[in-house]
Amino acid sequence: MFQYDEKALKDQLLELIRLASTDLPKDVVESIQAAQQNEDEGSAARNVFGMILKNIELARTESTPICQDTGTNIYLVYIPEGVSMRKLTALIHEATSEAVERSYLRPNAVDSITGKNSGNNIGEGQPFIHFEEWDNDYIEFKLMLKGGGCENVSTQYKLPDVGLGAGRDMDGVYKVIVDAVNAAEGLGCAPGILGIGIGGDRTTSHLTAKTQLFRKMTDTNPNSDLSEMELKLLADLNKLGVGPMGFGGNTTILGVKMGAMHRLPASFFVSISYMCWAYRRHSMILKSSGEVNYD
Amino acid sequence: MIKLQLPISESAIRELKMGDEVAISGLMVTARDAAHKYIHENWPDWLDPIMENSMIYHCGPVVKKHEDGSWSFVAAGPTTSIREEPYEAAVMERYKVRAVIGKGGMGETTLAGLSKSGGVYLHAIGGLAASLAKSVIKVHDVYMLEELGVPEAFWHIEVKDFPAVVTMDSHGGSLHKSIKAKSDEVAKKLIFG
Repeated sequence: MFQYDEKALKDQLLELIRLASTDLPKDVVESIQAAQQNEDEGSAARNVFGMILKNIELARTESTPICQDTGTNIYLVYIPEGVSMRKLTALIHEATSEAVERSYLRPNAVDSITGKNSGNNIGEGQPFIHFEEWDNDYIEFKLMLKGGGCENVSTQYKLPDVGLGAGRDMDGVYKVIVDAVNAAEGLGCAPGILGIGIGGDRTTSHLTAKTQLFRKMTDTNPNSDLSEMELKLLADLNKLGVGPMGFGGNTTILGVKMGAMHRLPASFFVSISYMCWAYRRHSMILKSSGEVNYD
Repeated sequence: MIKLQLPISESAIRELKMGDEVAISGLMVTARDAAHKYIHENWPDWLDPIMENSMIYHCGPVVKKHEDGSWSFVAAGPTTSIREEPYEAAVMERYKVRAVIGKGGMGETTLAGLSKSGGVYLHAIGGLAASLAKSVIKVHDVYMLEELGVPEAFWHIEVKDFPAVVTMDSHGGSLHKSIKAKSDEVAKKLIFG
């Protein structure tokens, strides 16, 4: 039976939140650095990337949030058999509340009926925590902070889409994604990273899109059709010229990550989860020895 | 880089052109979704001295409260402005607001309003929260904190050399419109061949 020290784990989760909010992952920073080099000398786009990189460094050294919108806190938690999900949820809530007190997180949970802010970033469905049991003898917590600006430009299509001439095939999938990124302009804090969910129902399609965003920037999709489509979309979407923050430039999208699910014969959904450049995600592994590793 | 000191006159604002880079100093106020809704429903007079010839910042900050009761901004980048499109032109005209600062740009109603009442749209870099919080040198006051919560309250702040770019001016110029026209053309080719 997997056991852990509750007090220690609460502090370790607090550190995971601090990292997620203040320390942009290395693969993302490298991707932004490469994008900067790809913009013309003296251009607005290159200048914007310079400010973005400076901000990333400042947030890390001063341990303050990269972006004031500390977003929806999305947790994927993988547990060995017998670990209580209710206890882990309570610890995540405790760490969340303390993270607000320490200004790592903004109180971001607003009652949709009364308009009242809960004050501690906890409310119905916030943070979002998804558990899965696995065979490993350790717990893994994956955390992503996804801001409202990019969530608002995220969208879902159902194929066929007559207006776009998008049929029920991969060519149709391609067309609606181009349409979505063009419609997003700079509003989602471009350059964005796209998580794409193909198939499923309305809910699982979006969930697939979001979980794709936990992949590393540099990985390769194991499905060769999707891998090819990811590269094609990345190249073509950067022809749109939206540029960082919509100021124009060579970089509109930093990465495309696609996943597919089986669908009903009647349904063909394509979900596009747009993530801003402040692509905040970290993970933590808790071993039975009590040792933790952050990534 | 053009230095702007608040309060600022209508004529000084009308001199600004799309693409100008500015550094703003002085007193301004944050207001976003709930604040704009409140204004639109109440048109309160208490906002006159705060907003006249000043600027509205679309921002919901991360703040820190100190032991003496004072506040500081920890993270304070812009939020997406287009959500205030139904309100902004009327708010700017009523309170003589000379600029809104945000991200993503605004629509035709606001663009027309900028020409009519004398204002500009200033684009700050989204996600630049740690850096921009450094430009907020003092939190003078906060209004309606209890009712609206931290992100949505009216924070009356003093900024120094706050960096932004004019992307919509009082002469009908909009960078957002011109970039969108270009990307629409490319998207059309990619989708329809």
